[in-house]
Amino acid sequence: MRYSAWEILKQGLTGNAGWKPVWRDPAPKAEYDIVIIGGGGHGLSTAYYLAREHGLTNVAVLEKGYIGGGNVGRNTTIVRANYFLPGNSEFYSHSLKLWEGLEEELNYNVMHSQRGLINLFHSDGQRDAFARRGNAMINQGDDAILLDREGVRRHLPYLDFDNVRFPVYGGLLHPRGGTARHDAVAWGYARGADSRGVDLIQNCEVTGIDIEGGKVKGVRTTRGEIRAKKVGIVVAGRSGQVAAMAGMRLPIESHILQAFVTEGLKPVIDHVVSFGMGHFYISQSDKGGLVFGGDLDFYASYAQRGNLPMKEHVMEAAMTLMPVIGKAKVLRSWGGIMDMTPDGSPIIDKTPVEGLYIDCGWCYGGFKAVPGSGFSFAHLMATDRHHAPAARYRLDRFRTGHGLMDEEGTGSQHNLH
Amino acid sequence: MRLPCPLCGDRDIREFTYKGGAEYLDRPAPEADDAAWDAYLHLRENPAGATRDLWYHGGGCGAWLVVERDTVTHAVTGARLAADMAEGGA
Repeated sequence: MRYSAWEILKQGLTGNAGWKPVWRDPAPKAEYDIVIIGGGGHGLSTAYYLAREHGLTNVAVLEKGYIGGGNVGRNTTIVRANYFLPGNSEFYSHSLKLWEGLEEELNYNVMHSQRGLINLFHSDGQRDAFARRGNAMINQGDDAILLDREGVRRHLPYLDFDNVRFPVYGGLLHPRGGTARHDAVAWGYARGADSRGVDLIQNCEVTGIDIEGGKVKGVRTTRGEIRAKKVGIVVAGRSGQVAAMAGMRLPIESHILQAFVTEGLKPVIDHVVSFGMGHFYISQSDKGGLVFGGDLDFYASYAQRGNLPMKEHVMEAAMTLMPVIGKAKVLRSWGGIMDMTPDGSPIIDKTPVEGLYIDCGWCYGGFKAVPGSGFSFAHLMATDRHHAPAARYRLDRFRTGHGLMDEEGTGSQHNLH
Repeated sequence: MRLPCPLCGDRDIREFTYKGGAEYLDRPAPEADDAAWDAYLHLRENPAGATRDLWYHGGGCGAWLVVERDTVTHAVTGARLAADMAEGGA
């Protein structure tokens, strides 16, 4: 069914009895050309682009839980392309362009809202660094505007500009940055992949990867064995466990990242605002909830919940920057499992096993990458060649030291990102 | 989360800095090849469940600890001084 205003009107006048499930619930077949492990945002978009860009539809996506139940349903929904380093810059630029055409392409309202993202700075040195970043963004063909203090005040009048420790000097505005409805992105890609013939198989946990003579032959699952010519691992925080089934250890440590949402309020925060000095960022959802978060708890964890010190730190940073939200009541907080690499940048590459591919290491920034990651990973799996915008996301860059992408400039070590 | 420092007793996690898995104690020989150093510096078991990892008690006694805990439940079951562990990880 194609969604349109006419369809909504028609269904509304006929008791909304005509809506159908938008993807099938197939049993796994004995064999596929390609099996994608992981039915999150990246896995679903990979399957979608395999079908749309490469005509490969004998594809299954295996999801241990339900579609959209992992990190794609547990993030803070920010979409941006404000990276600095070659490798990241062209990749996120490509991903943002895919976002901008996504709703029309998928015929699905993902509520992509380019409301503008502002990174604040609080010293002369930080201003120089953001000016340089803005120039890198413009050179990449994206947009960046360096705002002075009064420029920021026109956008964000509610900030505490004269905070004693972190007075606002200005901000880097990325007008095409914004947010999207996270669940809708998963659902839109799921519907698009399913309608092209991809089998989305839920409640199907992979328990083993069959390898013979250095070549992948298929996977074992809780719903039986499935043969496959090619297998892609796209499991975010669980990358370490799934790669271990293929005898691999990855440059990945899984960490906890917390996020928070308040009760619904009248519109107050019109942008995405990022306060790097306090590790705090915030936007307001269309329902009115303030959605915000901070930094990692900074210890390895699969608990999907964090501890109190980081909660306190995030709240303190919020009150430092924008005391205006101090009376808002936090409704809930949660934690996601982040697949952290040593340099904070992702991996889209082949593995030493023939026919086995991996897409992981999205750290705390995977949501905005959903379209680009799927597009590039599908390209790699279909053609065995790296897609140009993701060509630097190599698995072996830590061993060789060549092509590390440490955006924060803190060093390529596990405990620093 | 509290960590049981052998010198200071149960202390708030805020007093500690996390380093990573206790395999950091298994330092390769200086002449080891790049694969050994890559494994040491970058590749991780990344276990979901029981783990041993290194924490620095910077807000307390300044000791390095090997903490035994569970990455799924956040239960902490023990801690020893890294200095007491034999060279090679014990």
